[in-house]
Amino acid sequence: MRASKPLQIYITNNLVMNSAQIEIQLIASLVAVACAIPGTFLVLRKMAMISDAISHSILPGVVIGFFITHNLNSPLLILLAAFTGIITVVLVEYIQKTKLVKEDTAIGLVFPALFSIGVILIAKNANDVHLDIDAVLLGELAFAPFDRLVVFGVDMGPKSLYIIGSILLITITLVITFFKELKVSTFDKGLASSLGFSPVIIHYGLMSVSSVTTVGAFDAVGAILVVALMIAPAATAYLLTTNLKKMLVLAVVIGVSSAISGYWLAHWLDASIAGSMTTVLGLIFLFVYLFAPTKGVIAVMYRERQQQTEVSLLTFLLHLKNHTDNNERHINHLREHINWQKVTATRVLNLALKNNMITIDMNIISLTKKGDLFTSKAIDYIITNEDSQIEDMKDDFFLFRG
Amino acid sequence: MDLQEYISLVFSDYTLRTITFGTAILGAVTGMLGSFAVLRKESLLGDAISHAALPGIAIAFLITGIKDGNVLLIGALISGLIGTFWIRGIVAKTHLKSDTALGLILSLFFGFGMLLLTFIQKQPDANQAGLDKYLFGQAATLVESDVWMMTISTGVCLFILMLFWKEFKLLLFDKDYTETLGFNTQLIDILITTFIVLAIVLGLQTVGVVLMSAMLLAPAAAARQWTNSLATMVFLAALFGALSGVFGTAISASQNNLSTGPIIVLVASVFVMFSFVFSPSRGLLFKQLRFIKNRRDLELHKTLAFMFHIAENHKNISHPHAIKILNNFQGYTRKTLQKLVKKNYVTLHGNMWSLTDEGFKTASNLYNQQSRHE
Repeated sequence: MRASKPLQIYITNNLVMNSAQIEIQLIASLVAVACAIPGTFLVLRKMAMISDAISHSILPGVVIGFFITHNLNSPLLILLAAFTGIITVVLVEYIQKTKLVKEDTAIGLVFPALFSIGVILIAKNANDVHLDIDAVLLGELAFAPFDRLVVFGVDMGPKSLYIIGSILLITITLVITFFKELKVSTFDKGLASSLGFSPVIIHYGLMSVSSVTTVGAFDAVGAILVVALMIAPAATAYLLTTNLKKMLVLAVVIGVSSAISGYWLAHWLDASIAGSMTTVLGLIFLFVYLFAPTKGVIAVMYRERQQQTEVSLLTFLLHLKNHTDNNERHINHLREHINWQKVTATRVLNLALKNNMITIDMNIISLTKKGDLFTSKAIDYIITNEDSQIEDMKDDFFLFRG
Repeated sequence: MDLQEYISLVFSDYTLRTITFGTAILGAVTGMLGSFAVLRKESLLGDAISHAALPGIAIAFLITGIKDGNVLLIGALISGLIGTFWIRGIVAKTHLKSDTALGLILSLFFGFGMLLLTFIQKQPDANQAGLDKYLFGQAATLVESDVWMMTISTGVCLFILMLFWKEFKLLLFDKDYTETLGFNTQLIDILITTFIVLAIVLGLQTVGVVLMSAMLLAPAAAARQWTNSLATMVFLAALFGALSGVFGTAISASQNNLSTGPIIVLVASVFVMFSFVFSPSRGLLFKQLRFIKNRRDLELHKTLAFMFHIAENHKNISHPHAIKILNNFQGYTRKTLQKLVKKNYVTLHGNMWSLTDEGFKTASNLYNQQSRHE
């Protein structure tokens, strides 16, 4: 019995998650979901960098809000900071409208200025403000469970859980209610306005949600890592699907799984939770970037190579079709004539042989009936550009898949 | 502290002199190279690179275990370059757009850097203090060797920039043409990108990861407003950058509790705002003034044309008409009438006006020109 007590302590300390650990993971997951939803739309609307700008420029709002409320979790502070986020968007759009600089320059000019104001405000009032720029920028999830919401003396759980929870609830309600409008205005602004929903309202709605989410989340994961949680899951999902609903679900799943595995990575390394969440996100993105079935780098490179070979094949078959002379169709002459490298030549030849398009007889190459028919069809397609001609070829050749 | 005292202090006080020169040179080199970034529409690349440099600093420290500025800078340079070319790779190979690629690399690298930094902080050897100065920058930590490092890098950049000026300029404005001329565009591209990364990395210690992008952008954006020539723009950007550095240092030195980086960025932002408003050819103020003047001219012409139509119907063109009939006309005010009188197009007799010969001629020409343009 004596040996079992340390074991019990070991179990409670390490194997069984204690309530703080569960709470941290819960908060991290909620933040990930709350960020992934607006993030998906930002990525689709090519406005990903706006989230970066907002995440920096909320700083003066946070500082001023903190002067007034002296509480980082007060709703007033969140609203004030979110308002600064909207001001950023308005300023950026105003500068873009003057056409004095290119679009992205406007973003790059506005947020550092606002951020600097925030930093200076903190520095000038260092004695009154117990606000660390590190904390604002980097966040510390590990401390989140210590700031608890107590109602009538009853511990209701960590405050940030409620804050991010209510932001998430609002976001989800808005997305479900305005899903159709968001979808149309994201993919076709002209159609959206002709159908009667103002793209401007939807734009600023999305911006407001992003700002509020950023402010709600910076406390937990820090301003810069909010950007990671917004963009990375959405971008990863975008490489895997082109369906908006699937993309949203995937982004949420990626976000949550990175939040939870990131927590355990941080636990193991004894390092920043937000940092390791982002690192996990980065690894997931890297994996998908390389291996995504149709849009991954490897798939794209394979496809490009295949297309190249197929173009060569077509050139080769055309050459055969145009020359009946044995001399012209000799295997050595062809290599010279079309000026291919040895490897390419072999690949093209093998592809043609495999598809029964040519026969090689005594080093003389001739087209088979199938090859002849294929070549005529391909030429027809190239000339007329009519899709119906090549329906049956699409399965075998990348080239004709458009 | 008055100005004279400050200036004498710059030359006598080691720290202040080092910081002033350091920030001035930094501003000059970032302004110079930032012009290229801005014109290449890669404004936010600076933001991404400066964040992407963070893991490089941490890894360089983890490998070497020394906190030597130059070693860490090499790490930053390498990881900044990896980030840059990964961004290019994402844009080229997938359907993700450049803003997504920038945001991704920026946040993912930064997060990874944070992981490493916090990991380092928990390590038992206490040598790691000060790594986080790269986050927000501390100009006060600049020493003379850093300034020399910056000066040499700036010199090398400037030399190569002058050497390949034609190629850089050509690539900037017409990439396809450059390629057809037989230049190795890829090499020039890599060269200029490397320089931009280098400039950013040099500034990390002074203004930090977060504000570095503004150092790159703001002087260039301000310079762009004053000129349409690349050489002038690069020169002006370097000047604005250097001035931001000097003024920023001066302001932050004259008061307590003011970090240099943010002040430099704010000074640079003031340059931008001033240029946006007061640039003679592109500025908002003069644009607005031109707009108002054009509108006035148009109204004047409209009034004149209206008078002309009335006078046309009379044998004697200077037959007087009542001013009252002009009242319904939109462009008419007492002022425009006065202006017309001043230009000697119209003469007034009490409540009556009449066109002069000159006015009639101008008005008919006005009309002719219009019809000729149509």
